[in-house]
Amino acid sequence: MSLAELSASFVRPAEPSAAAAIGAIGEELELFDDWMERYQQIIDWGRRLPDYPAEWADAAHRIEGCQSKVWMAATAAEGALYFAGASDAAIVSGLVALMLRVYSGREPAEILATDPVFLKDLGLIEALSTNRGNGIAAMARAIQAAARAAAGGNG
Amino acid sequence: MKDNFSPLDLLALRADFPILSETVRGKPLVFLDSAASAQKPRAVIEAMRDAMEHQYANIHRGLHWMSERTTEAYENARDLTAILIGAPSRDEIVFTRNSTEAINLVAHSYGRGMMHRGQAVLISEMEHHANIVPWQMLRDAHGIELLVCPITDDGDLDYVAYERLLASHRVGLVAITHMSNVLGTYTNGARLAAIAHAHGAKILLDGSQAVVHRAVDVAALDADFYVFTGHKLYGPTGIGVLWARAELLDAMPPFMGGGDMIGSVSFERSTWARIPHKFEAGTPAILEAIGLAAAIRYVKAIGFDEIGAHEQALVDHALARLSDIEGLTIIGRAQDRGGVVSFTMRGAHAHDVATLLDRAGIAVRAGHHCAEPLMRRLGIDSTARASFALYTTKEEIDFLADTLLRVREFFA
Repeated sequence: MSLAELSASFVRPAEPSAAAAIGAIGEELELFDDWMERYQQIIDWGRRLPDYPAEWADAAHRIEGCQSKVWMAATAAEGALYFAGASDAAIVSGLVALMLRVYSGREPAEILATDPVFLKDLGLIEALSTNRGNGIAAMARAIQAAARAAAGGNG
Repeated sequence: MKDNFSPLDLLALRADFPILSETVRGKPLVFLDSAASAQKPRAVIEAMRDAMEHQYANIHRGLHWMSERTTEAYENARDLTAILIGAPSRDEIVFTRNSTEAINLVAHSYGRGMMHRGQAVLISEMEHHANIVPWQMLRDAHGIELLVCPITDDGDLDYVAYERLLASHRVGLVAITHMSNVLGTYTNGARLAAIAHAHGAKILLDGSQAVVHRAVDVAALDADFYVFTGHKLYGPTGIGVLWARAELLDAMPPFMGGGDMIGSVSFERSTWARIPHKFEAGTPAILEAIGLAAAIRYVKAIGFDEIGAHEQALVDHALARLSDIEGLTIIGRAQDRGGVVSFTMRGAHAHDVATLLDRAGIAVRAGHHCAEPLMRRLGIDSTARASFALYTTKEEIDFLADTLLRVREFFA
């Protein structure tokens, strides 16, 4: 698929690399003194996610999470993987937006080289392995799995 | 520090719970998730540590001093449990891992062992998954019908429908919560039991929440089975209780086989130990039983009248404060309710509310609370839930309400 054909629901990268996106997110969150304000920012990011098609909000696109629902779609275009995502919870939508800003539009090798531990480093989630709560850890695993599949397919 | 609000000396009581002096992200911990699991007083922590340091061996088998002393401590937990819930005999107390295991034991031993194809089990719309799934498994394995008694829009059990279901079906067993973990509703256990018995059914009450907040008397309730768990009652995890009438336990086949539950074993056949040991296969949760005993002594020393009055004041105060918050809806308006308040906030997911409260140091539960069918009945998919314990203060509820006012601004 060419980029011109890519649905507007998939996130186009704003920064040149995943590392640059993580750096930019960290800097933007640093601007706020308290966590309430940071969450206001995160919620705003969620509200600015591209529209997620209702027909993709189904079981096939559902990421297992305990407390809120997260959906994700993936596609390849011009050697990179593009992701679309949504959640029924506002803060989780913001975390989805931030994940897609980091990972969407990157090549599989770059996705695999970008450890989702940045979520923990930024203080956004407590634990990557065990957090059933917000589904973001599961989303990170799904993104990595998609990249592994794509990398395997190319190699 | 007695005030007009509470009959309890809260400052002294809170000092009994070491964890309450912890901070979360630099803020004092405001723990409003005790219905999921309560914090532990020093008496429980020390009883378990003392056992490990001074008096521990396997029980019921050794002829040595340590084993005899440990057996005595374990069996003392059974005595205290019997007294706690007014059981006519200590032999009617079976220790399990938790309420879930106790219900599974009944579903297996009474359900598969003594119920017949075509009979029904009657539960309600406000059951925890632990009081739904074992009965579904019984239904599917054993040809038992599963009936569901509706609740009213206020979150009370629909007693008219309850009686109608009992009259129109061959109900062998009723299994209903004594207090809802989502709505806070107390059911009228004695009334449920009287109606069940009038229609020839036995009744199991799930007391996981109820036993924490009020004195329970299984004889006065005239129940047949009563289950609860230790960790919600300020005790450790890994220890739960099944109470059942002795004649039922005598008639029921064992749940699990192994050591400690047998009279004698040969390769041809085994005979069962007398009750309650018939239902306690393998080395039990010895230390946890000792911890539970300490928890029971602790709450009995405070007194359920005092605990109940304190928590009622907390619930009344929480309902008043939260009702004042525009856009916040309290889920469940039962006449008789305990220390659990579920709510939703307009425009916000329960997950969002809980995440923001957490940043303020407030621990609440968010989600379906292991009661998905109830969520569907209420037409919602999750709630945030604040739940109270004997150590909860009016100031904590005020802080919750004030923080919710801030959270609401996010979604206004």
